[in-house]
Amino acid sequence: MSDMERYSFDVVVVGAGGAGLRAAIAAREAGKSVAILSKSLFGKAHTVMAEGGIAASMANVNPNDGWKVHFGDTMRGGKFLNHYRMAELHAKEAPDRVWELESWGALFDRTKEGKISQRNFGGHEYPRLAHVGDRTGLEMIRTLQQRIVALQQEDKKLHGDYEARVKVFAECSATDLFTTGEGEDRRVSGVLAYWRPSGNFVLFQAKAVVLATGGIGKSFKVTSNSWEYTGDGHAMAMMAGGACINMEFVQFHPTGMVAPPSVRGLLVTESVRGDGGVLTNSEGRRFMFDYIPEVFKDKYATTEEEADRWYTDPDNNKRPPELLPRDEVARAINSEVKAGRGSPHGGVFLDVSKRLPADVIKAKLPSMWHQFKELADVDITQEAMEVGPTCHYVMGGVEVDPDSQAVVGARGLFAAGEVGGGLHGSNRLGGNSLSDLLVFGKRAGDSAADYVSTASDVSLDEAEVNAAIATALEPFTRTTGENPYEIQAELQQTMNDLVGIIRTQHEIEQALKVIDDLKLRTKEIAVVGGREYNPGWHLSLDLPKQLLVSEAMARSALTRQESRGGHTREDYPQMSPQWRQVILASRIVGDVIEVQQQSLPLVPAELAVVFDAKELSKYMTEEELQLLGKGQA
Amino acid sequence: MGYMAKFRLWRGDHGTGSLVDYDVEVNDGEVVLDVLHRLQATQANDLAIRWNCKAGKCGSCSAEVNGRPRLMCLTRMNTFEETEVVTVTPLRAFPVIRDLVTDVSFNYEKAREVPAFQPPKGLQPGEYRMQQIDVERSQEFRKCIECFLCQNTCHAVRDHSENKKYFAGPRVLMRVAELDMHPLDTLDRQKLAQEELGLGYCNITKCCTEVCPEHIHITDNALIPLKERVADRKYDPIRWLGSKIRVRSDND
Repeated sequence: MSDMERYSFDVVVVGAGGAGLRAAIAAREAGKSVAILSKSLFGKAHTVMAEGGIAASMANVNPNDGWKVHFGDTMRGGKFLNHYRMAELHAKEAPDRVWELESWGALFDRTKEGKISQRNFGGHEYPRLAHVGDRTGLEMIRTLQQRIVALQQEDKKLHGDYEARVKVFAECSATDLFTTGEGEDRRVSGVLAYWRPSGNFVLFQAKAVVLATGGIGKSFKVTSNSWEYTGDGHAMAMMAGGACINMEFVQFHPTGMVAPPSVRGLLVTESVRGDGGVLTNSEGRRFMFDYIPEVFKDKYATTEEEADRWYTDPDNNKRPPELLPRDEVARAINSEVKAGRGSPHGGVFLDVSKRLPADVIKAKLPSMWHQFKELADVDITQEAMEVGPTCHYVMGGVEVDPDSQAVVGARGLFAAGEVGGGLHGSNRLGGNSLSDLLVFGKRAGDSAADYVSTASDVSLDEAEVNAAIATALEPFTRTTGENPYEIQAELQQTMNDLVGIIRTQHEIEQALKVIDDLKLRTKEIAVVGGREYNPGWHLSLDLPKQLLVSEAMARSALTRQESRGGHTREDYPQMSPQWRQVILASRIVGDVIEVQQQSLPLVPAELAVVFDAKELSKYMTEEELQLLGKGQA
Repeated sequence: MGYMAKFRLWRGDHGTGSLVDYDVEVNDGEVVLDVLHRLQATQANDLAIRWNCKAGKCGSCSAEVNGRPRLMCLTRMNTFEETEVVTVTPLRAFPVIRDLVTDVSFNYEKAREVPAFQPPKGLQPGEYRMQQIDVERSQEFRKCIECFLCQNTCHAVRDHSENKKYFAGPRVLMRVAELDMHPLDTLDRQKLAQEELGLGYCNITKCCTEVCPEHIHITDNALIPLKERVADRKYDPIRWLGSKIRVRSDND
């Protein structure tokens, strides 16, 4: 391919959402040349969909907040399966990452003292989410986008070229990650991508690659995620010798729209509940009071009166159970619908209209007001919304070193944001995603820059590149064959029905059979049309990766014989202290995914002081409690 | 419940193309983008559409529906008669890449010409203090999802592509207004707006405001105040004198 565009950069960042852009900023500020690959236009990444806010314990609204409280909430939310070190770094660094956004031009909502305002959210002890109405993700992506532009303006002044050190490749999708060497010496050497508009390939030679590709939501039928979420980074990391951990843990956001059918799955922000919205069933009952699990009994209100008092007097009352972590609320809604107490379209009611005046609703939740008005003919200031669970986020991700975000098993490769694994354990708290992107995006960018400074040069294997291109073009060689859209739809239906919120061994095994079959059919895809902006072809390139990560999810779900966070097994409904010590790692062995058990490092005693013995005893074995000095005296 | 709708789509690339008719099923509650996705999955696998969130939040699926610039994800099918032919064409002001996808790089190039936010020297992150009422004006403009419908609609470029060189368009000028109204920004971009970005080309016909899916009052709240500020500067005799005898700094 002599006519192919070729580039050499110090760092290639795959993905242009919050994590990718923050990583690129860090690497560029460290003096490295950076390419940013974006499947979409610049500034359109999935981060724009984030609504509620960025969790950071700035203590602007409640002075009792601090990083230790945030750390504790994150571990609790993840049912103690989180990597403690990531949760620690995340809680410590989030405030600086938010303040930094402000110095780049972000305009958050304010407190009366003129500080950044913070709102309540599920699982967070204090008001903690920096926000802009309910469009915080947009503010964040735009600020990072404009920071990249600011750096380009600096480069233009210094070097006469906006793109001297940071170049954005918009609508340019990565297909292959190349490595060189074997075993311990295996390291990243570059990336193959194609321009979506022209269909032409682009080759990047780079010592370091940062994966910031987001999640896997397009494997499910009902999802809040966009077409981009096909698990590209998860798959590429496994193909490069890395592992994905915790893939059984998928977050079903409790409140997606359920009607009309065409918008089923579209997100309804948790801020609706944080700002006072309540969940009711067809009998008008606030059913969440019936679903407070044992481990959270001490932390949530047991009467409506107390719950309502909490909004104005949080220091003397316990929080409403509508603000339990997302996994709890999603399962509760699922149970209510199954018990026949659902809304007309198979969800439950979420009502803010009887709780707040219309003008306050419009000011605090402007996007939600528009979304329901324009897509469902529902005025949320006058009537209740109908909501139900929707696939929203994958806690599972690439196994990384918690400090550097370096992918374990593949030198020169880094992963940050949703594609990275470990921080959220078995369930992510709302608001912890945007802060994750910033904290670990920066760390990945810094680490990639450090690595580049000491690593020797790399070269690409032309034969390998040509083989990858030939594989990518193969669907054009067939005139008849499988339709990629049909394969994707079958995968989505299968994962939704068989590896969804509630799982059983038998159903997961069925799903794996379907995935095997779809893998074979994917090899027979025929693409119509040419190479210019051909979505059918693009999908045929995404599908193998999507199938790989779906297989990792299903095999991990089959292996974990307990229920915890975003993994609920009907046949193993209990949470098990033994399983808490185990992390499942998915690796590619031959042509299939193999799941191996690894041990999760125990929280060190100096961090364990955040929790009392009674709480830890709900999660840990007696042996672990002894080690932490929290055993029965 | 469902019915068969008649769609007419522009198919082709930057060289040639034509309108092609399709009969396609429409179901309750659907938007134009749903119908195009069904077409893509069943009849036209290679139909080029740009989209992401399907929720009116990312601003990717801009096109012209029956001649009107719209987001396809927010254009509900029940706004059309069942017998009506729904015609979807690419944005007119930008070069076509394929089918309904256009090359919008113009907007990113112009955006790069606006100098970034510049905070006061010495103000550390974490020390920023601003009142809600003071940030609200710029916050309105930061609701922009960069769908570029305003850029596509503004008649200064829609019918006169030769003006693109001199006129950055409503989106970019609104960004100038946003920074101008930011309580802590220290840089003056008014001269740039007038002399480099073509603020004078705007004759406040409000077409941009009409098509904005975020309902931002682009003309009234961004462009007119910006014009007024620039005019004050230009025609204020004391400022004029000041600029001549150079008591004001060069970047003013």
